[in-house]
Amino acid sequence: MSWADGISLLCILAALFFFLAGTVGLLRMPDVFTRLHALTKADNLGLGLIVLATAVQLQSWTELVKLALIWMLVMVSGATVAHLIARMALSESSDEKA
Amino acid sequence: MIHLVDVTLVVTLLACAWLSLTGRDLLRSVVLFIAFGLLVSLGWARLRAPDVALAEAAVGSGLTGALLLSAFSAMERARLTTDEVGLTRARWLALGLTLGLGVSLGVVLLSLPSDHPRLSLHIQERISQSGVLNSVTAVLLNFRSYDTLLEMVVLLASLVGIWAVAPFARVWPKAPSTPILAALARLLLPLMTVVAGYLLWLGADAPGGAFQAGAVLGGMGVLWVAASLWHPPWALRMVRPLLVLGLLAFLAVAGVTMGIGKSMLEYPASQAKTLILWIETAATVSIGVTLTLLFLGGYPAPPEQS
Amino acid sequence: MTAVYVAAALFLLATIAAGLIRIWRGPTRADRLLSVQLFGTAGTATLLLLSLASGEDAYRNVALVFALLAGILGVAFTRYGRVEP
Repeated sequence: MSWADGISLLCILAALFFFLAGTVGLLRMPDVFTRLHALTKADNLGLGLIVLATAVQLQSWTELVKLALIWMLVMVSGATVAHLIARMALSESSDEKA
Repeated sequence: MIHLVDVTLVVTLLACAWLSLTGRDLLRSVVLFIAFGLLVSLGWARLRAPDVALAEAAVGSGLTGALLLSAFSAMERARLTTDEVGLTRARWLALGLTLGLGVSLGVVLLSLPSDHPRLSLHIQERISQSGVLNSVTAVLLNFRSYDTLLEMVVLLASLVGIWAVAPFARVWPKAPSTPILAALARLLLPLMTVVAGYLLWLGADAPGGAFQAGAVLGGMGVLWVAASLWHPPWALRMVRPLLVLGLLAFLAVAGVTMGIGKSMLEYPASQAKTLILWIETAATVSIGVTLTLLFLGGYPAPPEQS
Repeated sequence: MTAVYVAAALFLLATIAAGLIRIWRGPTRADRLLSVQLFGTAGTATLLLLSLASGEDAYRNVALVFALLAGILGVAFTRYGRVEP
């Protein structure tokens, strides 16, 4: 096993841990805000680690740029959508009270 | 172990489809349909058909999902239930049609000779004359380009159909109360243009091409509309000619090839790549604009009427 | 290493399948949208792993489109998946 494989393996194991944490959070947390918190943070980190695991296996610069773009996209849109979901959940819960 | 992946994928797919069709909550069904599209795309990737996986991810899940969401919001605004729009009865019709299609596809598939991969051999033999290296693009834009020409017509006809029957669409929802959405749109719109261009260019020798690039442009349009970015009243007049750009490019090439004594859309081998690239570029723009306007679900009303 | 990639992809598929439970249960719309976000990230990661397992570069382009469209869907959902007050 080369050093690149070792790094990939470690990254993938860590990534799976974070994906597991995110999914358990999504299923087990008591309300939508805590679920949102658990899922969006953990998943973005998990994907980042998978991106890293992929990056060390590739020899091409253009592919590295593409991988970086994928992670950046997911982080930026993930953060924005998390914000929008939280607002949506807030307005939904205030609708119920009214 | 890879078989285990496939089995999990298929079981999850079927669960998604069943739950989506049988549930009573309409929005839940829409979300399950979106999930279904994402899983189908993974399935196409497993079947080593990245071209279809790209198209399914972009059109099947992304844009169709957005389309269903906008239809859902229109229904809610009009306070319509599924029974009032006849969805419950249409369900049986849909089941019948899908079963019919499924059975006939199965019959065709089983009647194919299994040990003669002749079609792909034919394509590989001729691919050097097609102007491109990707066999899917060679088939879509050269060997069977009249199919793609007709697909462009179908896309346009579906938009015209919607415009003919649907009421005016309220194009621009009220400006979002958060500035973060506009910030995201300002960042993503240029980025998506680059990605669409990349997919278009890639189509010559790898999976990609006009439909995938056009779908990314369509996603851009959805984001643009959802973020209420910019809406001058003359924008529609500028956009309408773009709807037919792809079709016009196709017809122009068809006319010229017939004019120089070849059969329709038979490109001269030396010019094939240039012609394909021009047609694909024009088609990408048309597909992107058409998908955006399909998403609106009706002829766009001028801003003051909304 | 291929076995590792495939096993990891299988694990991610299992998280997607588990996410279906949250879509089914809800209870709020925001909960359902959360699962779509999970599908977007886990689906992108699965495609990257499959690209490593099979050596097929094209899967990374599919992953790129996944990443783009998951964000767009989230935006469309929060803007259109509810009645505006």
